[in-house]
Amino acid sequence: MTDIKTIDTAPSTAGFETPLRLMMRKLARHRLAQISGIVLLLLYSIALFADFLAPQDPNAYVGRFTYAPPQQLHLFDFSDGFKLAPFVYDYKVTVDPEALKRSFEINTEKKIPIQLFVPSEPYLLFGLIPLQHRFVGAADRKAPFYLLGADRLGRDMLSRLIHGARISLSIGLSGVLLSLVIGVVVGGLSGYLGGRTDMVIQRIIEFIWSLPQIPLWLGLAAAMPRDWTSLQAYLVITIILALLGWTELARVVRGKVLALKSEDFVAAARLDGAGEMRIILRHIVPSFMSHIIAVATLAIPSMILAETTLSYLGLGLQAPIVSWGVLLRESQNIRTIASAPWLLAPGFAVILTVLALNFFGDGLRDAADPYS
Amino acid sequence: MIGYVVRRLLSMVLTFWAMTFVAFLIMELPPGDFATTRVSEVSAAGAKIDPAMVSRLREMYHLDAPLLERYLVWFGGVLRGDFGYSLAFNTPVNQLVASQLPNTLLVEGLTLLFMYAVAIPIGIYSAVRKYSIGDYLASVIGFVGVAVPSFLLALLLMWVAYSNFGTVLGGLQSQEFAGAALSLAKVGDIAAHLWAPVLVGGAAGMASLIRVTRANLLDELDKPYVTTARAKGLTEFRLLLKYPVRMAMSPLVSSIGWLLPSLISSSTVVAIVLNMPTLGPLLLNGLLVQDMYLAGGVLVVMAVLTLMGTLISDVLLFWLDPRVRMGVL
Repeated sequence: MTDIKTIDTAPSTAGFETPLRLMMRKLARHRLAQISGIVLLLLYSIALFADFLAPQDPNAYVGRFTYAPPQQLHLFDFSDGFKLAPFVYDYKVTVDPEALKRSFEINTEKKIPIQLFVPSEPYLLFGLIPLQHRFVGAADRKAPFYLLGADRLGRDMLSRLIHGARISLSIGLSGVLLSLVIGVVVGGLSGYLGGRTDMVIQRIIEFIWSLPQIPLWLGLAAAMPRDWTSLQAYLVITIILALLGWTELARVVRGKVLALKSEDFVAAARLDGAGEMRIILRHIVPSFMSHIIAVATLAIPSMILAETTLSYLGLGLQAPIVSWGVLLRESQNIRTIASAPWLLAPGFAVILTVLALNFFGDGLRDAADPYS
Repeated sequence: MIGYVVRRLLSMVLTFWAMTFVAFLIMELPPGDFATTRVSEVSAAGAKIDPAMVSRLREMYHLDAPLLERYLVWFGGVLRGDFGYSLAFNTPVNQLVASQLPNTLLVEGLTLLFMYAVAIPIGIYSAVRKYSIGDYLASVIGFVGVAVPSFLLALLLMWVAYSNFGTVLGGLQSQEFAGAALSLAKVGDIAAHLWAPVLVGGAAGMASLIRVTRANLLDELDKPYVTTARAKGLTEFRLLLKYPVRMAMSPLVSSIGWLLPSLISSSTVVAIVLNMPTLGPLLLNGLLVQDMYLAGGVLVVMAVLTLMGTLISDVLLFWLDPRVRMGVL
């Protein structure tokens, strides 16, 4: 008892940091992870402000501009002197009378001026704040403005891509969040109780690992009735993703719990009469939280890839919902891709996101490792 | 040793049983059953359906029995090789599966071989020339390979082939060889179609395989026996292949256990995109029209394929690694 008294109970400002702060400081030294973090921050803000940032309504269709190719954005106008006046060139549309196929040419005669904060139809940002302006757009609302081209119905790909980010990015997060809950509870119990419970849970995890995931995901997703609302479909897909995705997290949690459960602070909590769930959730889990965050970050990409794949195959989210996988469904036919390769743009958004998440997660994991 | 084999076999039987149960639950998930689907199908076609026939159908497939009994009936059929009847194709499921199984085995087997044949040399190179430009290049390619969804890779490949060479990738053989007997020309034609699914399917699992090889070999390279062999004057190349690589191989053989499920996963999607006559498109077709006997049958066969793969890897490991044989490891 006497040595405890000699220790200053108030944490001194020097030499004391929470594990999370420590991790952040280590992360600051990891260049690639930092860049990826910034990219992720940008991507998620784009998703958050999609209504404001998208130049057009993602569902507004213009029959005249089906499969219009991307326009190049010109920042400076050199026609009379040098002026900062962003514009795109108009299209010259010719329709082949026999095949009824539209072909687009760039019409350098006519410039369409582009402006910031252009007026638009009124909409609600976050469903709350009424706004009547969008971030960027053509000054003339009727003029074509397709930076990433248009799809089968003449809808703006860029706007659809931005709106798709909401679903695709958030479904990864919610799927991992749900997996995390299952993983922490199951893995925690498995590691803490040990013995037969541990044996059974580990065999179940091994069993799930021996199943081919995508066929199983497909099978589960196929059971969803087609007439369900978007919210229901979103929830079901999240649950399906988590149903097979929790195992990796549970394994990590179990390992950490096994290592920590013989520590003195756990024994102290037990002697204080804390229940098992309380010891796991209040004492053991917080002490390896930073590590869990890293592993969870690394689990997001597989969720995003799974949603994209399911939706692409037509068993995930369905058409009125805009997600990257649903958008890629437009490019199923090889001839469509060859004539309108910009339809693959959502695929590159997926690749960028997954790469950024992987690098960021790797950095986090290194930072969370107390021995590095 | 006999105890080991018996334990393995017992766990395989249990796993198989659990897999069929999961497949059955997936079959049961959609609303309605075999008979109601059939009725709606026939009445959609405008014909009248005989109620006596419906009740005969219900009796034939034990549709009014409780869940567990229906499972046992279906499971008994599966054990006898009878997977039920496909509504969409009007054929017994086992015939459909049997017609696609050889193609599936061919594609997956080649993909697996391709993965090992490419990943192991790259992994060895990355370990021996640690932190060289080649090592970094391999890990960058690995990162990108993991980030690209396999269906997108297949689409990109199709696009490149179509816009540069005007060929439409897909299928397993050209039209003119469809019914032809096996000949040299036919084998060549199949090979010309096979490279795409093998390449795309292999790319997905390659990254992790390279990483495992590299890590295993790095662990071995520092060991004293390597130094001893080098001191004895063995050339670097022979030394590498004779000792550390062989040691690093055995964890790789057991990697088939987790490689195979992911391989079947990704090749299912690739086969659908590339329109291969394999189990993947069959599963998707079954699921899209809710032909649940077909979907369940394909799921069971896919699960059995992974089980067989693990068994083969166990046997291989047993044969390759004396430490496993002696029960040391």
